[in-house]
Amino acid sequence: MDALDLARWQFGITTVYHFIFVPLTIGLAPLVAIMQTFWVRTGDVKWLKLTKFFGKLLLINFAIGVATGIVQEFQFGMNWSEYSRFVGDVFGAPLAMEALAAFFVESTFLGLWIFGWDKLPKKIHLACIWAVALATNLSAYFILAANSWMQHPVGTIFNLETGRAEMVDIGAVLTNNTLLAAFPHTITAAFLTAGTFVAGIAAWWMVRLVRQGREEKARVYRSAVVLGMVTMLVSGAGIIWSGDWQAKLMFDQQPMKMAAAEALCETEQGAAFSILTIGDLSNSCEGVTHLIELPGFTSFLATGDFDSTLKGVEDLQAEYAEKYGFTDEAGNPISYQPNLAVTYWSFRLMIGLAAFSAALALAALWLTRKGRLSENPWLARLGLLAIPMPFLASSFGWIFTEMGRQPWVVVPNPNPSGVDGVWLLTQRGVSEVVSAGEVVGSLVIFTALYGVLAVIWFRLMRRFAVEGVAEVEHDPSPDNPDKDAAAPLSFAY
Amino acid sequence: MELATVWFLLIAVLWTGYLVLEGFDFGVGMLLGIFGRRRKGEPARPNDEAEKNRRVMINTIGPVWDGNEVWLLTAGGATFAAFPEWYATLFSGFYVPLFLILMALIVRVCAFEWRGKIESESWRAWADRAIVFGSWVPAVLWGVAFANLVRGVELDANHQFVGGFFSLLSPFALLGGAVTALLFLTHGAVFLALKSEGEIRERAGALAERLAPVTLVVAGGWAVWAQLAFSVAWTWIAVVLAAAALVAVVLATRARREGWAFLGTAVTLVAAVVLIFGSMYPDVMPALDPANSLTVTNASSTEYTLTIMTWVAVVLTPVVLLYQGWTYWVFRKRISTKHIPDGIGLSLRKDAEPVSSAKE
Repeated sequence: MDALDLARWQFGITTVYHFIFVPLTIGLAPLVAIMQTFWVRTGDVKWLKLTKFFGKLLLINFAIGVATGIVQEFQFGMNWSEYSRFVGDVFGAPLAMEALAAFFVESTFLGLWIFGWDKLPKKIHLACIWAVALATNLSAYFILAANSWMQHPVGTIFNLETGRAEMVDIGAVLTNNTLLAAFPHTITAAFLTAGTFVAGIAAWWMVRLVRQGREEKARVYRSAVVLGMVTMLVSGAGIIWSGDWQAKLMFDQQPMKMAAAEALCETEQGAAFSILTIGDLSNSCEGVTHLIELPGFTSFLATGDFDSTLKGVEDLQAEYAEKYGFTDEAGNPISYQPNLAVTYWSFRLMIGLAAFSAALALAALWLTRKGRLSENPWLARLGLLAIPMPFLASSFGWIFTEMGRQPWVVVPNPNPSGVDGVWLLTQRGVSEVVSAGEVVGSLVIFTALYGVLAVIWFRLMRRFAVEGVAEVEHDPSPDNPDKDAAAPLSFAY
Repeated sequence: MELATVWFLLIAVLWTGYLVLEGFDFGVGMLLGIFGRRRKGEPARPNDEAEKNRRVMINTIGPVWDGNEVWLLTAGGATFAAFPEWYATLFSGFYVPLFLILMALIVRVCAFEWRGKIESESWRAWADRAIVFGSWVPAVLWGVAFANLVRGVELDANHQFVGGFFSLLSPFALLGGAVTALLFLTHGAVFLALKSEGEIRERAGALAERLAPVTLVVAGGWAVWAQLAFSVAWTWIAVVLAAAALVAVVLATRARREGWAFLGTAVTLVAAVVLIFGSMYPDVMPALDPANSLTVTNASSTEYTLTIMTWVAVVLTPVVLLYQGWTYWVFRKRISTKHIPDGIGLSLRKDAEPVSSAKE
């Protein structure tokens, strides 16, 4: 492996890892804010118990998301300095905006929320968690603006003199249609993750408590089950809607990525959607065999018309080679085709794993309809089983998006909505002065450290989930005349 | 003034925010290894005085360290947006030190947030090690990195750093590392004395008194070296200001005037940034061969991008200062062991009780 491959592995590992924790934070912060809002509005202590219970889980998760996020901002410059030189004029702007507009709010108000339970008036304290919730979502917007620009460069020209991409329209960058579709897709996926998390843990507790005959306490969890399940259903619908929009854009903007995702080797009219396709180890079109297919469905997904014609991988390869060159500077032929197996399977796993979660939500809402408690052990088991599914679906979604973009780091866009002339091959983006040895060193240590932290994170999350909500919870706010009953600094370190 | 110069100043302001704010929370983290040391063979009882003292230390910075750290992320993002060439050359060139800083910050963040979650002496001991490591490493390495920027590094004609890792470890750079470590340590001790009550306040005040003269000599020596060897005439103002502020710190720590001492260390850090950035200007990354230097002009983004970013920064930075200032106001009270309740951590191991046995 050379420095390029190693840098790609490092980026892949650190980014997929970072994005295990981020969706939970993005979705859980608003859910905790909603729970706390219910408490402030109704005074019902069960919502305070749930706020504190899920709040602790949020904090455990938040820490590792923040910690691994710092790496993200640094490694563009560290490992991808030539990419950074090429795109900095346009790509740096949303990153800097994220820090100024979102990170500061998020971290400052989270500190206020953690330590402010007994210092701030109830409503101001509540506003702090809402500030955190909104800022995490705003943060996602800016990051996706940067990523969407790589998928579909807009508002930019290529300056021949400086040899770099230069921004000419920030409005276009921040309203890129790729971004407008990717943002709701990512956010609803995050809400599905958090909804499944809340509902899964709460359902497990509810069933256990009912079976132990402790219905009163089970009612506390039932509220969380319903909140989680409704979140799952709403976000599930949002994922389908935004995903469909994204797919249509992608057929237009990155036809190669979608052709690879469908293992669509040859140009077809009324292209079928493949449910099962196998390939040999050559990872090329010759080795692909389609086994189960839905006729015309891929064409429908792409254009809304079952009969439309879609370009296949082989024709696209010829087209790209004609336009962007047959060989790179070293004289090696360029394959414009992403890894077929990875693209095909990550696309299907994303959809399948997310669907499992949403299906469970329907079943669970039925079991808890009209104030019912459920003691169905299958609900508890499936609830727990469902928790990792949206995490995995998000990971596969990003692996699909990013690996499907290869060999480009900035994708050229043939269609009129993108700018033509701004593109960069991934191999051109890697740092020139960082040696393979340095990357091996950092890659090994990152991976080892991340592994250790993941184990600790999991054990902490599990331990706090098993502990359950507190038996008694006092109103800690300074508005409470009897606040001495509450523990001081109850959320402090 | 040209926009690129405005952005050079803005990035200096962001680094000032970072060094002044995270400087003291690094210092408190470093001091945790001194005041919070565990003696071998001494039995640790849960919630004993030693543990409560450690928690007093951590809780003085508890509500604010995360917000302080964002100044770094903003400085990084702003450098990327305003000076892509600088960002690219600096971050790829200083690969190893930045990697070590990342490791340190990662374990530090997790340790702060996870420390109190489990009620176990060895758990907390590990978290403390992570906090101490995570505070010392960046405290030293930021100084090494900035000293190299002042001194100049080996860049080729394409603005790539070609000096190699060991070229970053000159005596001047290593002394720079000692300077930031000492400054943060003093800054942290003074902050701790200002924000706590009881034993920690006493110890922090006493240590600050002993550290202040040492810091004055070492930091003053480095500043004069930097000034004579690498800077321009007007930055003498910064050197004199830093020296005067540190003399004030020496006097204030003797008199236990904690607020004045903290003001003194903060002003010293501001003066240090003025010296560092002033010595570089109009370069953003001076090269040993001046022809290859990255300057505010050849490293910057386009006029358009700088204009957009200027608006964003001009509107948002005061807002950030406002709500961060409010946070410091909310948590303005001193903390003592009396304020620290018994730990709320859970036992490390506990599995869910089986349902059937509980039902009986």
